[in-house]
Amino acid sequence: MATLTVERVSKSFGKVPVLHGIDLSVADGEMIVIVGASGCGKSTLLRIVAGLERATEGRIVISGADVTRLEPAERDIAMVFQNYALYPHMSVFENMSYGLRIRGVPKPEIARRVAQAAEMLGLSGLLERRPRELSGGQRQRVAMGRAIVREPKLFLFDEPLSNLDAKLRVAMRAEIKRLQRRLGVTSLFVTHDQVEAMTLGDRLVVMNQGRAAQVATPMEIFARPADTYVAGFIGSPAMNFLPATLTEGGLGARIADGPVVRFADGPRPGMAGRSLTLGVRPEHFALGGPLPLSPDLVEPLGSETVVHGRLPSGQEITLRLPGAPPGHGTIGIGIRPEHLHVFDGKTGLRLEAEPAIQPPPRVAA
Amino acid sequence: MPQAVPAIAAPDPAASEARRARADWITHGILVLGVVLFALPVWLVLVGSTHDAATIGRGEVPLLPGGHAAETYAAVWTQGDTRRAQVAVSTMMFNSAVMALLITIGKIAISIVSAYAVAFFSFPGRMLCFWAIFVTLMLPVEVRIFPTFQVVSDLGLVNTYTGLIVPLIASATATLLFRQFFLTIPDELVEAAKMDGAGPMRFFKDVVLPLSATNMAALFVILFVYGWNQYLWPLLITTSADVETIVIGIVKMIGAEADTEWNRVMATTVLALLPPVAVVILMQRWFVKGLVETEK
Ligand SMILES: Nc1ncnc2c1ncn2[C@@H]1O[C@H](COP(=O)(O)OP(=O)(O)OP(=O)(O)O)[C@@H](O)[C@H]1O
Ligand SMILES: [Mg+2]
Repeated sequence: MATLTVERVSKSFGKVPVLHGIDLSVADGEMIVIVGASGCGKSTLLRIVAGLERATEGRIVISGADVTRLEPAERDIAMVFQNYALYPHMSVFENMSYGLRIRGVPKPEIARRVAQAAEMLGLSGLLERRPRELSGGQRQRVAMGRAIVREPKLFLFDEPLSNLDAKLRVAMRAEIKRLQRRLGVTSLFVTHDQVEAMTLGDRLVVMNQGRAAQVATPMEIFARPADTYVAGFIGSPAMNFLPATLTEGGLGARIADGPVVRFADGPRPGMAGRSLTLGVRPEHFALGGPLPLSPDLVEPLGSETVVHGRLPSGQEITLRLPGAPPGHGTIGIGIRPEHLHVFDGKTGLRLEAEPAIQPPPRVAA
Repeated sequence: MPQAVPAIAAPDPAASEARRARADWITHGILVLGVVLFALPVWLVLVGSTHDAATIGRGEVPLLPGGHAAETYAAVWTQGDTRRAQVAVSTMMFNSAVMALLITIGKIAISIVSAYAVAFFSFPGRMLCFWAIFVTLMLPVEVRIFPTFQVVSDLGLVNTYTGLIVPLIASATATLLFRQFFLTIPDELVEAAKMDGAGPMRFFKDVVLPLSATNMAALFVILFVYGWNQYLWPLLITTSADVETIVIGIVKMIGAEADTEWNRVMATTVLALLPPVAVVILMQRWFVKGLVETEK
C-alpha cells in the first residue's frame, strides 16, 4: 500500500538525453500504464523507479520517503520482466520464494505465501518444475507469482505480455487486471500496445520522446487527446489529420482545398488564417458529405468496413463504416463537427473551444 | 541401358544402391584405419606390460597378451623399476594426482572468481584487468620458464608441492571461457536478483555457480588432463623422489636400450593412463553437456 511520486526525473545516457523531466503522481492502489512508441524511454523510466538506473536529475518518492539514492532491494518493489528472468536452475517454488529467503522470512511463512500465490495463479501443481519445463504463459505466471509473494509496496511491469501469443495475451491481461484489483498494489505497467493500455490502466501516461505528452484516464485520452501525437497514437485505425486554417471569428475551419467546417462546440482563439490541424477519427465521418473520396482499398470486417482512400488534394483518409462496403466509385463524405478535434497547426497542441458561445450543432462541411 | 538418356532420368535404383554401398565401405575403411592408428600403440603397450622383461629385451613386439601381468604390476606399484628411477609408481601417482587436482581446482576457483569480477562489475581499470589476463594467454609456462624457475628457487620452493603447483595455477583460458559464459547470462536475470535483494556474493553463490556447473565439469576434465600431463615444469622443479610425478618417472625409467625394463615401463604407462581416463569417463555426461548446452 503505497503512493508513488516521480518528480522532474530526467535521464541522459552520456550526452544523449532520454527523459526530459517526467512528473507523475500515483495514488495508492492505482494502476498506471505507461505507453508510447519504441525507444521513447518507457523502460528507462520504470528502471529509474526500480532503482536499476540512476536518474540524472529529479526524485523518486514512495509513500512520502525519498528513495532516489536507495538500492533496488531497499525500495521494496517487485518487478516483472519482459523475458520473465526466472532463475533457470531453480524450481518454481524456489523461484517464487528466493526473494523471501534472502529477506529472512521464516520457512512456514514462505510456504504459506507461495502456496497462496500459486493457488491464485493456478500454479499449484507445477511448484516442483523448472522454468524450461513450463509454457510461456506458465512462466509468465511464475514471474507474477515471484512479485506477488514479496507483498511489495509497488509492482512494476515491463511489457510482461509481449512474448505471449495473441489469445494468451488477452487472457493474461484480464488476469493481471483482476489480480491487481484484488491485491490493491500500486502498479506501473509499461506497454506499447494501446489496447493493453486502454484496458488495464486506471490512468495512462502517453510518452513521446522522453516527455509525458498526456497523463489522464483512458477515456479522457481518447475523447480529448492533448496533442496530435497522442491523438494519432491512441485509437485504431489511427485518427485522420487534415491541414486547415481558422475562419473569421474562429467559428470554423477551412480544410485545405476544401469546404469549411463549423465548430460545434464554440470558436477557437486566434486570427483568421491561423494554421490548424483537424483530427477526425475514422468512425466519425458521415456518408453523403461534400468531400469526394476515391477509395483505393476496402477492408470488409463483417460488422464494419474500413475504407482507405484519397481526397482530390491527395490527402489520405481512413474511414470506418458500419455494415457492408459501399458501392464502387467516389463516395461523398462529411465530417461530423461534434466529433472534431482541433489542434494547432504548428505545435500540434489541442485547441479547446472558448467556452462563451455555443452555436447549435449542425451536420456541416 | 539406352545411350540416349533423358534430361531428367529417374534415378536407377540399382546404381544408387551400389554407390551407397561403396560409400559405406569407404567410410568404414577410414574409420577402421583411424581406430587402428589410435588404438594400436595403446594395445602394444598394454600387451607389452604383460610379458616378462626378456621377451621385449629380445626385440620382439608381441601382439597377444603374455602371462606375467600380475607380477609386473605389483612390482612397479611398490618399487618402480630396479635400475634407474627406483621410485614406487604409487608414490608418483599420488604426486601426480595431488598436482593435477590442485592445479585443476585452483585454476577453476581462481578463474571463475576473476571472470565474475570482470564480467559483472564496473570498476576503474576493469578493461586493464581484462587485457592483462588476455595477454598472459601469450605467456604459457614454457615461455616464461626461466624467470619463473628463478623466482621459485629464490623462494626456496624447489622440490615442494607449492613450487610445483603455484606457478601453473592461474589460467587465462579458463578465465576467458567463464567470462564469455557470464556474458551470456541475461542482464534481466541479474536485475531480477537485485530486485529480489541478492547482493553480489549471494548472486554468485545462488545463481552464477549453479549455472556454471556444467562448464566447471567440462573444464575440470580438460584441466585435469592438462595437469596430469605436465612435463617440462615438473622436470625442472622436482629433483627428489618425494615430489616426482608419474610422467617424469616414466621418462627417467627409459635409458639405454639394454638398461631399460620395458615391461615395467609399459606397466607404469598403463597405470599412468588410468586416472585421466577415469576422470573423462566419470565426467563424460557433464562434460558433453557443458560443451554443447548452457542451461538457460
Ligand atoms: N544503457 C543505455 N545506454 C545508452 N542508451 C540507452 C541505454 N538504455 C536505453 N538507451 C536509449 O534510451 C532510449 C529509451 O530507451 P528505453 O529502453 O527506455 O525505450 P522503451 O520506451 O522502453 O522502448 P521499447 O518499447 O522498445 O522497449 C533509447 O533510445 C535507447 O537507445
Ligand atoms: Mg522497453
